[in-house]
Amino acid sequence: MSRLRDALDRGEFVITGEVAPPHGTDYSAMRASLDTLGPLCHAINITDNQGATLHLSSLAASKAALEAGYEPIFQQTCRDRNRLALQSDLLAAWTLGLENVLMVTGDDPRSGDHTKAKGVFDLDSTQLLAVAKGMNEGVDMNGSELTGATGFLLGGAMFPEAEPWEIQLERAVQKAEAGATFFQTQAVMDTDKLARAVDALAPYGVKLIASILLLKNGRVIDFVNTKLAGMMIPDHIGSRIKGAADPMAEAIALATEQVREIRDIAHGVHVMPLGADDVVERILEGAGL
Amino acid sequence: MIVTKPRDWARIKANLESIDAKSVFLMGCGQCATVAHTGGEKELAVAKARLEADGYQVTGWAVGEVACHLGGTKLETRKHFGSVDAADAVVVLACGAGVQTVADAVKKPVFPGLESAFLGTVLRSGVYEERCQTCGDCVLDLTAGICPVTTCPKGLLNGPCGGMWNGMCEVQTDRECTHVRIKRRLAEQGRSATRVIPAKDNSVKLKPGSINTRERKGQ
Repeated sequence: MSRLRDALDRGEFVITGEVAPPHGTDYSAMRASLDTLGPLCHAINITDNQGATLHLSSLAASKAALEAGYEPIFQQTCRDRNRLALQSDLLAAWTLGLENVLMVTGDDPRSGDHTKAKGVFDLDSTQLLAVAKGMNEGVDMNGSELTGATGFLLGGAMFPEAEPWEIQLERAVQKAEAGATFFQTQAVMDTDKLARAVDALAPYGVKLIASILLLKNGRVIDFVNTKLAGMMIPDHIGSRIKGAADPMAEAIALATEQVREIRDIAHGVHVMPLGADDVVERILEGAGL
Repeated sequence: MIVTKPRDWARIKANLESIDAKSVFLMGCGQCATVAHTGGEKELAVAKARLEADGYQVTGWAVGEVACHLGGTKLETRKHFGSVDAADAVVVLACGAGVQTVADAVKKPVFPGLESAFLGTVLRSGVYEERCQTCGDCVLDLTAGICPVTTCPKGLLNGPCGGMWNGMCEVQTDRECTHVRIKRRLAEQGRSATRVIPAKDNSVKLKPGSINTRERKGQ
């Protein structure tokens, strides 16, 4: 039984984190990250060639996380595989004991390290969610019966701060109707907008896990603003960190405030410490978790 | 129309050198390549001068009505039989379909003089934008006449993706997100866009495409 599903069903405030598989075959850095974040979280996202840059597959790394004693959220992007490969990997994931899946579109190959790659996008994330929901019901995308169904907890991504909001909301509703039962958001900067999203999606019975990003220095802020798709750090937050005597301490204080606020609004928090895994425990404790 | 752009001149020369060609017949196209100013009479004159400056003899040139029309192109090359026959190679300033049609029509080595870019719209003279993938499974009825397969860099049927910021595209940050445009136009027309567009049927676009409207019923 998925611990994440269990906690969400019980109405417990959940904590998720994420680790990146290695760019190579040496799991030691990922393992170290898992050993720091894993004990603090209900589940850990295992990213899928994030930022369109080459990493070991999320499928294998998710299995490795499971074997290490942590509960993974297997991420699948639509960028690198067609509908046959996506379905085949989903079947494989279930047999490997992976119970949580997050379906995302995926960054465009032009933004990654293999800029000459072809983006597949045979399915989009809404369609992929519907396919996975079908697999939970025992059929493949063609409606053909599977010899053994899956039983995934299905998640999608959404961005509470995206404008135009009506279009973002419509998209999230589509994903919920396609099969998503939880959402993980992009990093939240404005908790009023997070509350707006939680309220708007409440009728669909989906749970929202809001992300926070540890803005540990000015460089990270500039990186997010220039390199990360669909993200912008507002000036008041940027200047708070950049102007602080100790930016890391300020970032921890900010993250702690954010988690505390999110706790009153959303169903969980997703922590993205950008390498500073060792401060996550302090942030969560500071926020009363 | 099919939008073409000039091919790297060094590649054209390398193609000619590969068969040790000394003389060239040039062919253009009276349709798309003429409109795109890449393979009309003016561009052929420029190519001719350039070839001659590089030491090639240009035996002649022709701009047929439609380079990709096999019958018309055969007729056109027959009209110029002497100069085609005198050339070591034919360089075609047309799209890939035009080049292949000429290659079918003459017995000489044929080389492309242009690169085929896309099927698009002339926004104004010299400004072109890709609009159609000829996917064979059109969704323009659902998307207010704006093709997401072509104009969304990821080709998503249901969007926007998570990278959309303030209505702008993640990949081409100076462009409005296609899905935002689609939804706005649908709303302006009082049409709803809540249904999910199903995954594309890629089987209708298996290569090579072929259509024969002459096949009679019962045959």
